[in-house]
Amino acid sequence: MEIAFAIIAALTLVSAVAAMSLRNLVHCALCLALTFAGIAALYLQLGAAFVGWAQVLVYIGAVAILVVFAILLTRSETSVQPVLSRSWGIGIAVAAVVFSFLARAIMTSAETDREVPHKAEPTVREIGNQLMTQYVLPLEIIGLLLTAAAIGAVIIAMKEPGRTLPASSESNKDAAVEGSTH
Amino acid sequence: MIPLYYYLMLSALLFSVGLAGALSRRNAILVLVGIELMLNAANLNFIAFWRYSPDPDALAGIMFVIFSIAVAAAEAAVGLALIIAIHRHYKTINLDKMDSLKG
Repeated sequence: MEIAFAIIAALTLVSAVAAMSLRNLVHCALCLALTFAGIAALYLQLGAAFVGWAQVLVYIGAVAILVVFAILLTRSETSVQPVLSRSWGIGIAVAAVVFSFLARAIMTSAETDREVPHKAEPTVREIGNQLMTQYVLPLEIIGLLLTAAAIGAVIIAMKEPGRTLPASSESNKDAAVEGSTH
Repeated sequence: MIPLYYYLMLSALLFSVGLAGALSRRNAILVLVGIELMLNAANLNFIAFWRYSPDPDALAGIMFVIFSIAVAAAEAAVGLALIIAIHRHYKTINLDKMDSLKG
């Protein structure tokens, strides 16, 4: 059990660092998918099977692919430029300070040495019952939010009708954009 | 069984990696990827606390993560659409070059 956790945690962390630090954007997207897969494996190990598979479907199946599409559609810069922004030292320092505060809070907390209670995994039937009774209002709101976000994404990425764009290559690109945001 | 703070430390590390990337990369897509990593770290905390909670039948942690995944998916779709629109306008997604509003 501990060995499995160590392997999954190491894989997740290494691929997260790689996704944030590699130079080639496509490699970053692939490492991102690996990170999401590691987090899904941690959910499965913790007994949350439904959330684990939802993570696989939504993150690996949709978000990572969407990132790959965005990388392909925005590929234009040919000149070699530095990867990090001008203030990268400050960014990493801020992240290190945040991590030191979080680690100190975790280590000094009395909540972290809890015993794990023995319990059965929740079935999809239980989750569905809760979603249809206690959490029905958030479920409806999330449906509305997803609809609004999908329509908004298509409208934002669509070609503006008033502007004249250089020519045929642009229209192909726009068709691909609309296809990818559905 | 693995102690709870292993999961919390892993989640804090993932959050810090995402934060460092979001603050220091200059590509807009990778900044969005860093934000996704931070959201995933928070979700991992929810699931870990749910698993170690004293009340076994309350599914609040799982529900929170399900809704959080849905919101993150909507955020990724709108964010990437915005990046594509910005790329069409400025011909770049380098954040250091989008300084039209800089005083």
